[in-house]
Amino acid sequence: MSGQGLPLPVFTPGRTAAPAEPEPLDFDGLKKRLDGERGAGYWRSLEELAKTPEFAAALREIDNGRNLEEGFDRRDLLKFMGVSFALAGLTACTRQPAEKIVPYVRQPEQVIPGGKPLYFATAMTVSGFATGLLVESQLGRPTKAEGNPMHPASLGATDLFGQASLYDLYDPDRSQTLQYLDEIRPWAAFLGAARKAAGEERATGGAGLRFLTESVCSPTLASQLASLLRDFPGARWIEWEPAGRDNVREGARLAFGEYADVVADLAKADVIFSIGSDFLSCGPGNLAMTRHFSRRRRPEGEHGPMNRLYVVETASTVTGANADHRLPVPASRVEDVVRGIAKALGVAGSGANGSVASSPNPFEAAVAADLKAHAGRCVVLVGPEQAPAVHALGHAMNQTLGNFGKTVRAIEPVDARPSNQLTGLVELTRDMAAGKVSTLVILGGNPVFTAPADLEFSAGLAKVKHRIHLSPHVDETSAACQWHIPQAHFLEAWSDARCFDGTASIVQPLIATLYQGRSAHEVLAALQGAPEASGYEIVRAFWRGELGTDFETRWTRALHDGVIEGTAFPDKPVRMAESPGGSGPSGVAPGGASASSPPAGDPASPELELVFRPDPKLLDGRFANNGWLQELPDPITRLTWDNAALFSIETAKRLGIRKEDVVELKLRGRSLKAAAWIEPGLPDGTVVLNLGHGRTRGGRLGTGTGSNAYALRCSDALWSARGLEVRNTGVSHPLASAQLHQNMEGREIVRAASLEEYQKNPAFVHEKEKEPEPSLSLYPQYPSDTYAWAMAIDLSACVGCNACVLACQSENNIPVVGKDQVRRGREMHWLRIDHYYGGAPANPTHFFEPVPCMHCEKAPCELVCPVGATVHSAEGLNDMVYNRCVGTRYCSNNCPYKVRRFNFYHYSTQFRAPSMRMLANPDVTVRWRGVMEKCTYCVQRINGAKIDSELADRRVKDGEITTACAQACPAEAIVFGDLADKNSRVAKLRENPRNYGLLSELGTRPRTTYLGSVRNLNPALSREVQTDFPHTELDTETGQK
Amino acid sequence: MQIFHRSTNTISRVSLFGAVFFVGLSLWIFYDLEASPWTTQQNVAREQPVQFSHAHHAGAIGIDCRYCHTSVEKAAFAGIPPTKTCMNCHSQIWAQSPYLEPVRESFRTDKSLEWTRVHDLPDFVYFNHAIHVNKGIGCESCHGRIDQMPLVYQAARLQMSWCLDCHRHPEKQIRPKDQVFTMGYVPPVDQATLGPELVQRYHLRSRAVLESCSTCHR
Repeated sequence: MSGQGLPLPVFTPGRTAAPAEPEPLDFDGLKKRLDGERGAGYWRSLEELAKTPEFAAALREIDNGRNLEEGFDRRDLLKFMGVSFALAGLTACTRQPAEKIVPYVRQPEQVIPGGKPLYFATAMTVSGFATGLLVESQLGRPTKAEGNPMHPASLGATDLFGQASLYDLYDPDRSQTLQYLDEIRPWAAFLGAARKAAGEERATGGAGLRFLTESVCSPTLASQLASLLRDFPGARWIEWEPAGRDNVREGARLAFGEYADVVADLAKADVIFSIGSDFLSCGPGNLAMTRHFSRRRRPEGEHGPMNRLYVVETASTVTGANADHRLPVPASRVEDVVRGIAKALGVAGSGANGSVASSPNPFEAAVAADLKAHAGRCVVLVGPEQAPAVHALGHAMNQTLGNFGKTVRAIEPVDARPSNQLTGLVELTRDMAAGKVSTLVILGGNPVFTAPADLEFSAGLAKVKHRIHLSPHVDETSAACQWHIPQAHFLEAWSDARCFDGTASIVQPLIATLYQGRSAHEVLAALQGAPEASGYEIVRAFWRGELGTDFETRWTRALHDGVIEGTAFPDKPVRMAESPGGSGPSGVAPGGASASSPPAGDPASPELELVFRPDPKLLDGRFANNGWLQELPDPITRLTWDNAALFSIETAKRLGIRKEDVVELKLRGRSLKAAAWIEPGLPDGTVVLNLGHGRTRGGRLGTGTGSNAYALRCSDALWSARGLEVRNTGVSHPLASAQLHQNMEGREIVRAASLEEYQKNPAFVHEKEKEPEPSLSLYPQYPSDTYAWAMAIDLSACVGCNACVLACQSENNIPVVGKDQVRRGREMHWLRIDHYYGGAPANPTHFFEPVPCMHCEKAPCELVCPVGATVHSAEGLNDMVYNRCVGTRYCSNNCPYKVRRFNFYHYSTQFRAPSMRMLANPDVTVRWRGVMEKCTYCVQRINGAKIDSELADRRVKDGEITTACAQACPAEAIVFGDLADKNSRVAKLRENPRNYGLLSELGTRPRTTYLGSVRNLNPALSREVQTDFPHTELDTETGQK
Repeated sequence: MQIFHRSTNTISRVSLFGAVFFVGLSLWIFYDLEASPWTTQQNVAREQPVQFSHAHHAGAIGIDCRYCHTSVEKAAFAGIPPTKTCMNCHSQIWAQSPYLEPVRESFRTDKSLEWTRVHDLPDFVYFNHAIHVNKGIGCESCHGRIDQMPLVYQAARLQMSWCLDCHRHPEKQIRPKDQVFTMGYVPPVDQATLGPELVQRYHLRSRAVLESCSTCHR
């Protein structure tokens, strides 16, 4: 499969042919323009800056598919009107079909049919690490995932994957039956084959037996594997996680001489220095880190003074976008920059490489000075893509700064059996190719797709006699194995898992297996001759041994709480390992294969670097068939349904590449075709390609989107590779980016200031605004004797992680519309996150702004609806009445915030698939074609809480109602409540000087308001937010001044 | 010269009047049909898998509504009793009755009885029993004299205008909470004074709130 790119999906643009040859961007003019007008500052795309015709085209709010100006004559119009009128009338003449009521025969305790849902604590694992969830169960079907406030990795919040896990559960493309060579077989047939294979292996002590798993942090699974390895002493257990943490583990071993996990507590950190660590969007403990990071982002200082974030990174990530100072650095130069900072900090033995300048550049000097000034109150974080040496440097810096025991602590590794996974996989493929492997049991994962291309994993696999694969889909690896066992979803099977700090949780199922799914525990038990053991018995038996006395009580409590008490790992004393020469910690000294040498060659066409990173949505490709994740815009590029080769502006200019050009990437004799995208803020000479796209057997949604980056990924260059050649094929591949959708045309939307400016003028957001007096309105005030619902969104706290968008989608039955519709601007997300750039395009500042319905007190949409389908409620909600709506779309036209979404097609038919209909929230109407919809402030939750409060004859308390977006938010950026209650959190936030209404100069009096964004800039580095960072003074090709 | 016959005058007058009459008639037919039992299923008794008589159980024997409809006071759905509830008594009395064979079969085979829904609101309406019952709206106000129905039928029109009649003027329908489950409750002669008083005492929300679309539609 390596060697060439996948055929790109055929796209038919329909009637809207692209405008003739698009003009290439005039970058020089663009630069001048920016230099000229600093004031406005914020922009959303390069096209907007350059004011190109594409941008003008994108401004048309929604592409209607059929253009009225062309080929629509009077007769057609009359025909269409006649037919629509007749059909509209006829459909109203239906009688309701008879419905059945099917009660229980014996009703279980606690269950109230059609009444109140139940919540169960469970945990989801991604790459081995657990996040605690509370999952809503409506009559036995899981319908919504929320965070578990008692779980240390969740603290009540959820990330994208937690929210999207329900879509995976009901995915109609999930594997449903056990298969042998594509034929359906019963479980008993597999048991027979397994017994036979095990018998053969036993004869040789298991010399030919291999187990290949994903990262395992499940104590039960680890103990099962250990016991199997005792039974088969010759067998081997290999773990492979394509977007894994090998570098983290090896870095710790380099620094401490043994494996250890280092956990950071950002609540105590005044200064955070991230070296390519995207801790705000993925990785173990990301939700807890975001919570503690964001609490310290508010300039009011409720939880301590505002922290400051420095980021050195290659690809643009959510964390980089939240940085106060970000330095884009090519992957091969990161170590030099870090070494420069380490040296300035006085880390022993961090001695410079030849290429590092003797005096640090201003960025390095400023970071080092700031870290030093906050010794013991700062953190250095290193991302898993960085080389082990950089991790060792990170540990050494934390050590030198005295952060251990204060902001960071070392614990025993959470991995059940820490190892170098890549080495294991290389050995496995070598053994397979040599014919030494006779039985390979693959438990989860998709190694045929994800193994480095140079290992030729599938060629080796073909030589294995017995190949068994457990996976949720019939994927690339299943196709290469004889036995395929459908894997039970985590909401269907018992298991357990540890989270980032070692706390263990029981993974509790909420529903019996929908199909014939089995868990890894059950498959291993079958191989061990206990085919009837259920997952429940296996997990319980393990914990019976661990929990000891009073087991039943502790077990029940663990199930109820979602965490097993007292399982968090204690601090582990670590010492920096001394290097043999005694000149400082080992692993810190420069040298080794990973140390960089200056790029050679012609400076006019310097060598290109290819950088891989896990996709923020699909991760390593495991979520490729998840429609919610596919359609979710990437946090930075806002791309949906695709990945793209990302180029910096200068590199694209040099190579003559425009957006959406298909480029051929050639690396070490392998080549891949990918669509190009220009991303401001990337280092020059770098091409970024996300992993996980381009699946060949990924299901109906996952197959064929984007390009398979694994085809270019080699085992000695897992994260970045030099020597990339790029050729423009001259073909164009349309990409669906939501960046320009719902554009608000350069008005004062995002308001930001530096901490200094904020301290001088806390009400900086109101500098330019003239909000009209309420008395100027001709329309009457709404009654104020009842609740007044409102929302406040703190832009300083919001990190732009997108969890709220998926939470809203899950709660409100929002359909997925597909790439073609997204390209036409018809995505249905009720809540969108606008992404703004500020400053010069070479290294812009990023701002995120979640935009739900504003629930204007004087709503422009209500006045133009001819049928009264959108009206105001007494409590200030802008109600949308679906069954009155006739689809004129006047309301959307008149909405200044562009928050209304129209069902151009019968998108909700996706809820009719037998499994998908179980996904829908029964408390929210499923909308049909021709109906407008929009954010309701989760009116179903408001009504539920109101009814509960009235049954108890009291008012709704503050915090009793959380909207889905606010509940998911790890940053606590969204607050919902009652304005009429002067003590509510939202009423207090409205009093905050940073509070402003979007376009409130129009007199709409929005109920959703924003708190202006504040960045804590280092005065030594820059003066204002828009100012770009010393990067521009640096020649990024050489990293030197 | 006379082109048209004299009768044309009459014909034109009749057709003009006729057109207006025809439009009016069609509108009237449409409106009437829409509110008729043909559409609303009002007063149409439904066939059920078991010949269960509310008139016998609730009326003659006097079993409280809540013995079977257990969640009416605490949840949106009043609850249809599980087969087990029937068997509480019918494992002892009428235990051999052929009428009850479907019930015993359900209990034996663990397969649910499938009842035909009588009061069926459209899916975009979110009615909540608990809040109505707790605010002094009697079962009878919507369901009629269930205690006199051998086979249950829908006593009210259940159309939006009918709901709004009460949401706009709850004082006309409200009754003391201890009378909510009473069948055949006769409003006192001073309902005109008692009604508003109860509306106050039970903290009913203002008319503006009760009339808001999102109170029932989500």
